Parts: sequence; structure tokens; C-alpha cells
Amino acid sequence: MSQSSESRRAGQSGQPSQSAFMGFVHRQRRGAELFLLILALVVGIGAYATVGLGLEGEVPTNLIGYGGWLVALTVAAHVVVRMVAPYADPVLLPVVAALNGLGLAVIYRLDQALDIQKADQQLVWMTVGVVGFAGTLILVSDHRMLARFTYTSGLAAIVLLLMPLMPVIGAERTLGAKIWVDLGPVGFQPGELAKVLLVITFAGYLVVHRDALALAGRRLLFIDFPRGRDLGPVLMVWVVSLGVLVLQRDLGSSLLFLGLFLIMLYVATERPGWLVVGGLLFLGGSLFSYLFFGHVQQRVEIWLDPFADRNGDGFQLVEGLYGMAWGGMIGRGFGEGMPGRIPEVETDFILAAIGEELGLTAVLAVLVLYGLIVERALRAALISRDGFGKLMATGLAGVFALQVFVVIGGITRLIPLTGLTTPFLSYGGSSLVANWIIIALLLRISDQARRPLPSQLGEEPEEPDDVHTQVIKTTTAGGGGS
Amino acid sequence: MNKPIRTVAVFCMFLFVALMVNASYLQFWKAEDYNADGADNRRVTEEAFSRERGQILVGDQQPIALSEPSNDRYKFLRQYPKPLVYGHTTGFLQLTSQTGIENTQNEILSGQDPRLFVDRLVDLVQNQDNKGGNVTLTLDPDAQQAAYDALRNSIGPEGEGSVVAIEPKTGRVLASVSLPAYDPNNLATHDFSAAADAYDRLDPSDGDGDEKQPLLNRSIQTRLAPGSTFKVVTAAAAIEAGLYNGGDQVPSGATWQAPGTTGEQNLIDNEGRTGCSPENISFGAAMAQSCNTAFAKMAVELGPEEMRERSEAFGFNSTQFQDLPGQATSIYPESVTDVVDGEEQAPRELNDAETARTGFGQFDVQATPMQMAMVMSAIGNQGTLMRPQLVENVQSADYQLIESFEPDELRDAISPSTASQLTDLLVETVDGGTASPGGIPGTSVAGKTGTAQRGVEGAAPYAWFTSFAPAEDAEVAVAVMIQEAPGREISGGGLGGPVAKAVMEAVLR
Repeated sequence: MSQSSESRRAGQSGQPSQSAFMGFVHRQRRGAELFLLILALVVGIGAYATVGLGLEGEVPTNLIGYGGWLVALTVAAHVVVRMVAPYADPVLLPVVAALNGLGLAVIYRLDQALDIQKADQQLVWMTVGVVGFAGTLILVSDHRMLARFTYTSGLAAIVLLLMPLMPVIGAERTLGAKIWVDLGPVGFQPGELAKVLLVITFAGYLVVHRDALALAGRRLLFIDFPRGRDLGPVLMVWVVSLGVLVLQRDLGSSLLFLGLFLIMLYVATERPGWLVVGGLLFLGGSLFSYLFFGHVQQRVEIWLDPFADRNGDGFQLVEGLYGMAWGGMIGRGFGEGMPGRIPEVETDFILAAIGEELGLTAVLAVLVLYGLIVERALRAALISRDGFGKLMATGLAGVFALQVFVVIGGITRLIPLTGLTTPFLSYGGSSLVANWIIIALLLRISDQARRPLPSQLGEEPEEPDDVHTQVIKTTTAGGGGS
Repeated sequence: MNKPIRTVAVFCMFLFVALMVNASYLQFWKAEDYNADGADNRRVTEEAFSRERGQILVGDQQPIALSEPSNDRYKFLRQYPKPLVYGHTTGFLQLTSQTGIENTQNEILSGQDPRLFVDRLVDLVQNQDNKGGNVTLTLDPDAQQAAYDALRNSIGPEGEGSVVAIEPKTGRVLASVSLPAYDPNNLATHDFSAAADAYDRLDPSDGDGDEKQPLLNRSIQTRLAPGSTFKVVTAAAAIEAGLYNGGDQVPSGATWQAPGTTGEQNLIDNEGRTGCSPENISFGAAMAQSCNTAFAKMAVELGPEEMRERSEAFGFNSTQFQDLPGQATSIYPESVTDVVDGEEQAPRELNDAETARTGFGQFDVQATPMQMAMVMSAIGNQGTLMRPQLVENVQSADYQLIESFEPDELRDAISPSTASQLTDLLVETVDGGTASPGGIPGTSVAGKTGTAQRGVEGAAPYAWFTSFAPAEDAEVAVAVMIQEAPGREISGGGLGGPVAKAVMEAVLR
């Protein structure tokens, strides 16, 4: 009894605010986006030129070509948004362009330090990312159509996650984690894409079953547990992906998927109890993996005292910490530090290179940019008019925030280090393309949310929530039987 | 669903705030600690290595170590303009280590010293690279060069030896030479593998390096039996204890069987110096003829306790010199630990036979050239021992004086009257005794030779020569130690005397 009245109240409280929004029409703000994009380009191209000045004393010879390409990509992304998502959030794309431009410049600097050629390759990946971004925006004209692929994407996620464990194509590249797939000349980390697919799966399933999950079930201690048949399928998907990740020794992604699952369950059911359960699960899982997995113990030991094995296991973390400390408030300047000393600096530890050469100032700026992405994504979730969009935007924001927290927290020794990429900054195609797709999906959701209601446009009214309202009714009726 | 979304937003905010706080802690508050992690933190060592380091100067701002701009991955290369003459003193700079003055004065030279804070601030404001401060040494360039040339002449190209000269009134080290020398430029090169090779060639500790140990600074790191030069300490103890006066007759004799010993091997003789043969001779003659029997008897009469206390007053059994690393402590034995059937027995006091041998600088008595120069400088300074010091002053990069050398009185090793009696004995030794090769026409010189047995049958002995001049008001005290002089006849006076003379002349000139 009490649960249902509580949920009704929650449902009602949404009602007036919804109606308050009715009269408000968002502006498109594409001009603002263009202006911010120009600022972002100044960051990206300026950083690239600064690398040349810092290292060689002159701007890089290919600055025109490089800058031109960056401008072309940015403008192309902007034009696509203008054409197919005119009401989309104007802040997200510029923030991403700034991060990606900065990342390219830092990788270009690291190329010189490590005598590698990855900046050009990263520009190619960025191009693929922007194509993926545009393609997603164009193909997914309404994010709700993704709800149709709830189970398909769940299956696809699991298949993707399983791929690295397959004999021929699976590959072990770094630190014992089997998270790579080699397909001929191209290798990629399927986990990055699986992340997006899992968000779709969870959102699609939870939006349909949220009432059953929230209302039906039995109370144990203080928590209402849902019935197995309501939670079952999504729990199964999650457990399988977690199991796969454990087999792959991919700590960071395991943490990410657990967090994602909990956040979405909590948002869908509006029950804080899930956070308690999740927290306990997390603690139990952590303890279990600490006790039974050597590599987890190793990570924790490095975290507790990285200097104990300063030239062995702790080397990467210590060099990263020394680098960031060496950078201090304003950094040594491009070319004036020794980021090349940090293993995997161009992928996992790129933030340490930024901290060393550009200082705390740049690290905080990067964190603010990431914070902006998360905040704009959650804003899209808040104003989204459909549950699926809300869940998806929250899921994407959550996964993004958790990933940033886990990787940067690891580098700065806030938490034990787990190998994850720093979104838009790290070298690597899978991560870059997947993150561009995430941004496209967020823009799509925000476009839908900010778009004036058809009634306000004077067109034939269309109930966006119609489909879901139907489904929920059916489920509630079914739940009432118990 | 908006309520939980807002909660998620707050949660995400906490995550980001935690990251920002932690990054600020790391890069602002904790950074100083990490940057102070010394040799462990390669960023710091490499930066220090490529910084423009201060100069090491001698005399009238003549650089013996300086940083020249370099075109390779480090901005500056450390160079040593007079490598062989000053190498053991300057030491050399390498990426993660330094030796010699480069090591002990690293804070100033690298610019890290707190006293250079204002300079660092000015450099920062003017956007200039931070330069290290300069260090001026007490070494007298003329005396140092004279010591190097004379010693090299005396012992030959294959020889091993050392010269130390001290200004008795202040303790300033005027010359410090060790042979064989090495070229620190080869070790400070930015070609690290060449530097490592050069080091391996010089260091015999692991394999095929130079057996003569050129890296060893024999002035402070090699301690040997001081031989007859130690008779000065025995005489000082005897006079200070009131046993004899400088003008007294002392017991001597051609040979002496020390109490408690038997056999030819333990018979103390005077190696053919017949002037020692009478049962009683003057103290001056005993010193001038370097009579072993006389000083052996004297030591036994004083007893090991008295001998040790006087030695320690002169600086034995401790290290007072702090300006160079790695020095050896000179020893007057406190006790003897016998080994019976491979087992160490409890330490016991020296017996008479052992005490007798310490009286002329044998048995377990060991001294560095620096220590023997300290003994002579204390006598030359009316008995007051000054702390030997090598740093004259430290300056900022633009030669602004930061701190200047202050003479530091260690203690009165002997009374002024004892000092003056000893001086007379030592002048007699130069004027008409074994130390005559150290004499300087027109100047009174006090000196003592020494020839110390190695305790190895058939091996050439070590030769010593210690002196100070002018005797009445000493300006320089010298100790010469000759460890090996292949192809030359070993004698303290013959090999060491001319070296000491050259150094004293260079200072007095």
C-alpha cells in the first residue's frame, strides 16, 4: 500500500512541472554553438601550434593542413547538427571538439617524445568518429526507435564482449587484460561499443518494466525486491557481461558496468534501496575479487604504496604522479617535461602528460569540460519527455562520469588504477568513435527534448509517450494479479 | 524519474569535485614532496643535471669547475679546466650523483640552497633560467700546482702518493693532491656509456679497472702507518705529560727488546742510525736521528692511555674535516682484539710491546695525510688545532657573497710551551737531521721524516714527510705521503722532502 501511494506521489509531482514547461519553447542556439566551436578550434589548433613552438621553436609545418582538416570536421559536425537536430544542446559539441583537439595536440607532442607516429592516426580516428557521429544523428532520427532494439543490442553487447575471448581474433595487449579484438590490420576494443549497447538495453527494458520492478515483489528487511521474472532478463545481461569482464581481467569496465546498472535501476524504479543493494554488491564484489584475483590484489597494493616497487609494478603510477607534481600549477610547457617516461602515456595516462606539461590549470579545465558533458547530458535527461530518453541520457551521462572518475581517479591515486581510456583525449579508435556516438545520441535526445511540442508548432498533435503509456498500463495490470 | 536523475547529478558532482580536490592536492600541496624525492625522481635529477650550475673557484676567481652550454639533450655540460690537478677535490657531476665538492656543496652549486631563494625569485620574475651559486675554495693555486708537479716529479708517472698543505692559523687547506690523478671530464660527459666505461677503467672494485685506484683521494681516504712522523705525537705526549722537556736527555740505545717479547723479530733497532746508540741522548738528537728505541721507550713509559689521549687531541679516532665525502678516520688503537683459532677474543688493552711500536708510528697506528698535516699545523699554531676547511666562501651566481669561511678552533691539542719545545726539536731535525731535504735557505723549517714498514716482507716501505714553515710563525704545514714510487729508493727525506719544500716555498713566496 505504502509503496503505491509513494510512487503515485512521485508520478504526480512530475505532472505540474511538465505542464509548467509546456509554455516554454527552447531556442535552437545554433549560432551560440558555432561561436563555441570557434573557441574550441582555437584551443585545438592553438595547442597544436604551441607544441611546435615548444619543441622546435616554430609552428609545425603541416599546421595549415592539420588545422584545415580539424576545421572541416568540426564544421561538418556542426552542419549535420543544424540539419538533422536543430534543437540539440549547443554546448556538447564544442566541449567535445575542444577535448578532442587538445588530445590530438598532446598526442602530437608525445609522438616527438616517444618517436612514434600516432597523431596522424588519431586524426583519422577522429574523422571516423565524426562520421559515426553524423551517421548516428542521421540514422537515428528519433531515439525512441532504439527501444525496438532492446534485446538485440543486449545480445550484440554480449557477443562483442565475448569476442576478445575467442581464439583467433582475441588479443592480449596490455597489462594482461584481454580486451582487444584483432580483425586483420584493424584492432579494436569491443567493450567501448558494448557500453553504448548496454545503455540501450537497460533503458529499453527498464522503461517497460519499471512499474513492475518498483511495485511488485516482496519486502525483505527494508528493501522491496522485485520478482525474478521482472528483473531477470536485464540482470542476466548484466551478470553475463560482468562475468566476461572478470574473465578478461578488465577491472575498470566491470566497475563501469556495475555502476551503470545500478544508476539505471535506481532512476527507473526511483528506489534508493537499489543504491544500498548496489553498494553492498560492490563491496562484496570488491572483497571477493581482492581475495581471489591476484591482479586485483596487485592493483590495490600499488595503490596503497606505489613507491614500494617503484621501479617495477609501481613504475607507471609513480612516474605519472612525479610528472603531475613536476608540472605543478601551470605546467612545464609543451616539450619541457618528460612525459615519455610514463608507460602507456598516450593512452591510459594521457592526463598525466597534460598535468606535467600544461599543469593543474589544464587538468582542472579538462575536468570542468567533462563535468559539462555530464551535466548537459543529465539536463537532457531531465527535460526529456519520454522515459526511454530519460533513462538513456542518464545512463550515458553516468557511464561517462564513472569512466572519467575511474581513469582520472586512478592516475591521480584517488582510487586503485584500472586501465580505461580518457574520453576524447586518449589515443585509440574504439574509444574515440564510441564516445562520438554517445555524444550523437545525447544530442538526439536533447533535440527531441528541446524541440517545441507539435501543438505549439501548430501541427497535428502527436503523443510522444503514447507507446510507453500503453505498455506500462499492461504491465501494471499484470502486476496487480500478484 | 526526475528526482533520481537529480540525485545522480549530485552524485556525479561529488565525483568531479573529488577528482578536482585530489588533482589540486597532488599538483599543488603534494608536488613539493614529490619534487624533493631526489635521485628517485628522474625529472628532478635530469633538470638539475641540465641546469647551469655554479662554478667552483680557486684563488682570484679562477674556475676549476664550470658549466658550458651544450647542444645535446641537456642544456649544460660540466667541465673541469684543470682536471688532473683538482679532480680529487672538485669531484665530478653525473646524472644521479656527484662526488667531492660537487657533492658536499651541491645545494649551492645547483641553486637549491635556501640562501639563494631571492636569486631564484628574481630569475623567475625575469623569466631567466635559474643559475646555481659559486663556491670558492681555500686552495692556493700556486701551492696546489707546485704540490702536483713536485709530487709527480718525485714519485714518477707510476707512483702513488699524496700531499696536503694547511694554513695552521686558520685551518684553510692550501693544497690537496692525490696521485695517480684522473680526469673528471671523462666521467662528467653526457655520453653516459662513455662515462660508465671511463669509470670502469678507473675503478678496480669490480674486475679489470686500474689497480692503482686513481679515483681514491689519498689525501683523506688512504690511511697508512705514519711511521716516524708519528714520533712528533709521542714527543708531544711526553712533553705535555711532564715526562721530559725539550732540552732533556732521553733513554735511547742501539736496540731494545720491548718488555714481554722475545726473538730477533721483535727486537727494536734504529735501522743503522748509529747516532741513536748511546744509552742516553738529547731529546733533539733522538728526534733528529729519528731513534726508534728512544720513542718506543717513551711510549711505554707514557702508557697506551696517555698516548691515545694525545693522539685524539690531534684528531685521531675522529673526523673533523667535513668538506669532502668519504674520508677515513685516522687511528690510534684503543684496544687489541686477538684471534685464537679463528675466534675473536674479548678486546684487551695494548701490551708494552705493542705500545712500544706505536711510539714510532707502527703497530695499528694509521693516519691519513690530512691527519698528519693537522698534527704539524697544530704545533705550528702554538698548539691550537683548527678545523681543516676547504670552502673559502659561497656566492650567488653573480658573485655576491653569501657566506664566508670562519676559522673554527677545534681544541688546544698541546700547550704553547710544548708547541714551542717541539718546534725547536723539529727545526733541529731539519737543520742537522734526517729532514734536511725539506730545508729552505733563509727560512727556518720544522720537519720530520717517516718511513713506515708495511708488515710485508720484501715490500718497499711507505715514505712520509711532514713539516711547517716558518718555524717561529707558521704559515703553512705540509704532509707528504708516498705509497709507491717504482724504481726509486724509498726514503721520507729523499722523496718527500723536496715535495714539501716546493709546496712551502709556493706558499711563502
